[in-house]
Amino acid sequence: MDIALTVNGNPVRVTALETTPLLDVLRNQLDLKGARYGCGLEQCGSCMVLLDGEPIYACSREIGTVAGRSITTIEGLGSVAQPHPLQQAFLDEQAGQCGYCLSGIVISAKALLDRNPSPSRADIVEALDKNLCRCGAHPRILRAVEKAAAMLRGGKGV
Amino acid sequence: MSDTLPLSIQNNRRIEKWLRFESDRTVRLAVGKVELGQGNVTALAQIAADELDVDLQRIAVLSGDTEEAPDEGQTTGSQSIEVSGRSVRLVSAELRARVLDRLAQRLNCSPAELTVEDGVFRRGDAPTGHDYWNFASADDFARDIEGTATPKPHTAYRYVGKPMPRRDLPAKVSGAAFVHDMVRPDLLHARVLRQPCRGARLASLDEAALRRAERGEFRVVRVGEFVAFVGSDETVVQRAAAIAPLHAKWDNVAQIAPVQQEAAWLVGQPSSDRVLGDDASPSATNMATASYSRPYVAHASIAPSCALAEYRNGRLSVWSHTQGVYPLRTALANVLGIAQDAITVRHAHGAGCYGHNGADDVAVDAAVIAQQIPGHCIRVQWRREEEFGFEPLGSAMHVTLRAALNDERKPLDWTAEIWSATHVQRPSSGGNMLTHEALPTPPPDPRPTDPPEANGGGGTRNAFVLYDVPVKRVVHHLVLRAPVRTSALRGLGALPNVFAIECFMDELAERAGVDPVEYRLSMLSDPRARRLIENIAQRCNWSARGPAGSGRGLGLGWARYKNRAAYAAVAVEVEVDQEVRLRRVWCAADAGLVINPDGARNQLEGGIVQAASMTLKEQVRMEGDGITSLDWVGYPIMRFSEVPEIDTEIIHAPDLPTLGMGECTFGPTAAAIGNAVAHALGTRVRDMPFTRERIEAALLK
Repeated sequence: MDIALTVNGNPVRVTALETTPLLDVLRNQLDLKGARYGCGLEQCGSCMVLLDGEPIYACSREIGTVAGRSITTIEGLGSVAQPHPLQQAFLDEQAGQCGYCLSGIVISAKALLDRNPSPSRADIVEALDKNLCRCGAHPRILRAVEKAAAMLRGGKGV
Repeated sequence: MSDTLPLSIQNNRRIEKWLRFESDRTVRLAVGKVELGQGNVTALAQIAADELDVDLQRIAVLSGDTEEAPDEGQTTGSQSIEVSGRSVRLVSAELRARVLDRLAQRLNCSPAELTVEDGVFRRGDAPTGHDYWNFASADDFARDIEGTATPKPHTAYRYVGKPMPRRDLPAKVSGAAFVHDMVRPDLLHARVLRQPCRGARLASLDEAALRRAERGEFRVVRVGEFVAFVGSDETVVQRAAAIAPLHAKWDNVAQIAPVQQEAAWLVGQPSSDRVLGDDASPSATNMATASYSRPYVAHASIAPSCALAEYRNGRLSVWSHTQGVYPLRTALANVLGIAQDAITVRHAHGAGCYGHNGADDVAVDAAVIAQQIPGHCIRVQWRREEEFGFEPLGSAMHVTLRAALNDERKPLDWTAEIWSATHVQRPSSGGNMLTHEALPTPPPDPRPTDPPEANGGGGTRNAFVLYDVPVKRVVHHLVLRAPVRTSALRGLGALPNVFAIECFMDELAERAGVDPVEYRLSMLSDPRARRLIENIAQRCNWSARGPAGSGRGLGLGWARYKNRAAYAAVAVEVEVDQEVRLRRVWCAADAGLVINPDGARNQLEGGIVQAASMTLKEQVRMEGDGITSLDWVGYPIMRFSEVPEIDTEIIHAPDLPTLGMGECTFGPTAAAIGNAVAHALGTRVRDMPFTRERIEAALLK
């Protein structure tokens, strides 16, 4: 079926079975590779994107259920040339090792900061607890989110 | 001279294998070690920039490529900086010296009068009109590396020793960055129906039923007991593979009993045995003994393995997140029966592997399919249950320590008796590629060996105590048939051995009625180790440590990785009721000259978190047809809410040689947790992981 939705602010139309995972559509039809396959089970968070501003697992979300709605992937935040303050904060803190989990974590953090610009450490931990990191970069990642929150409150960048 | 050159140079003697000056005024540094998330490539660039005297951003690193880069074997064992870094330093220093010698002859001056500033040569204050790009000649590159040039003193470094941002990270927080994300012309997606175990035969695959359940287009590729589903739609092949096991019947599937998942099962199994170290001394009257264990653990990479392969005009090209492109090429040639020089393997980034996971096996999967479907690029993505179910595991280990004590209750004679399956089972060391075992002509059964002591050993890694004990011995039982495939996982046997040694030291101290720190220092003459222990004891306020059994505990442990690489000491504060909560962690490490202190800190702390996760939570479950812990619920790892604050201090020792440090906090962390939990409970848990059940059982004792 033909499905219309908004991805990173742009209207798009895709043709897919309505049961096709959103993750597959993003990666293979729209060439947005930032959301990553980790488990396909809603357990690790590597695939996270924003659906109307809320973080969701793209790996098992069927494309038919997001028709007409708005998706934001990591590519919608910023780029290597023009990083979003969250991405910049992760680079400033060197918050990651292998980096595979990071796009999902940045997405979770984006949803948190959008609804709570001044989160406590406990708020950040709670928001990221559904994301797994195997390399053990957790302390850096928490610092990066705190730094991004401060940057955003300071009005630097978007 | 050549015997003192690092192995990487001995195997790649021409400078042109390593360095090239490009027409865009960059320098191409080619290396065989690959980026696995540990930051080594950034550090190698720092070393080259300093020795050549060019700006860091001019160094473009090509790593892991059988056409273009030197063969440096596997990226393992914390060797990237120790071995590859030393090589890059010598190669760069030698090239700089050769070019300056020639320029000095041309200008009829002494090389000492010449300086290099961002690749531009000056004589005194005057420009010479020459630089690397217009003056370096083929002759400079063509001769063998002699290793005679003197590298700079550390005081002259501009980049080495300073924190530098990782080069690969910007892409990884922005979008496509991994082999998983590569798109090539004529791409087809593939998934595999895995042979449950070596020797299993596919009695039937009901393809009609499978096609009724998944109506999308895909083709079935079958070679012996190897079955793959291939098509242009990834969703279709993923679904086909997910349901295929329901429509497949296998004969000759080995069965695993639950008891086999425990380390204790290893004891008494058929084994290859050896005794290392000193002869036994006359038996003492005062003996202490205790046994410790770790179960099988998974690398549990956050991304299931992935590879791309294409077979065109008799040539095979493979893109892989392998730890070693050359060893993988050799394995591919053996499995596929094609010449090595008809194969190119290129490294592309993957998720952290922490050792030998599914990376190489998935590359063989892709290559086997590519051979069946020439002219297409075959992308194989393992599924989550496939990675958990079929990656090689870190071996379970059972370690019994025996000490004969003198009148002061200090050990005179120390024996470690180790039961373990092999810790390295790559094709180059007696192992088989998973796919190979499913092909029509499978390889012989693997012949388990363990890395030699010269390489740090496997099950015996860190088994010899570093304390001043007059008589030391290791009894190693290499168990020949484990219920599952085992291979290299970060630190090999170091984590269980250091856990055992450092927990036993606390137990001996308690018997002696001496404080554990004081007890350690009373038999430790290595000044670098003493300094670390004193440092960490002071920082964690050891002297104010309360009585045992309060529910709060403070413990520490230390080791020198492989007994010759980096030193690390870790202290941990825990709170225990039924579960263990880590409250704070302190770390001190001495790795000699540290190239990128921020990268080093990241590795030290990542090792702490991962080791803590293994110590507290991790055990691979197996029963019946194979592994049953196939997702993150069955194999939980530490989460953000469980990770403590970590306070790390790197001891400044720039005048000492660099020591590999990527694995050095692993054992000390497990030991510190063991000791902190014992302090909190007033009773000791000696078997990992420290689950709620184990804590409750300990409290009931």
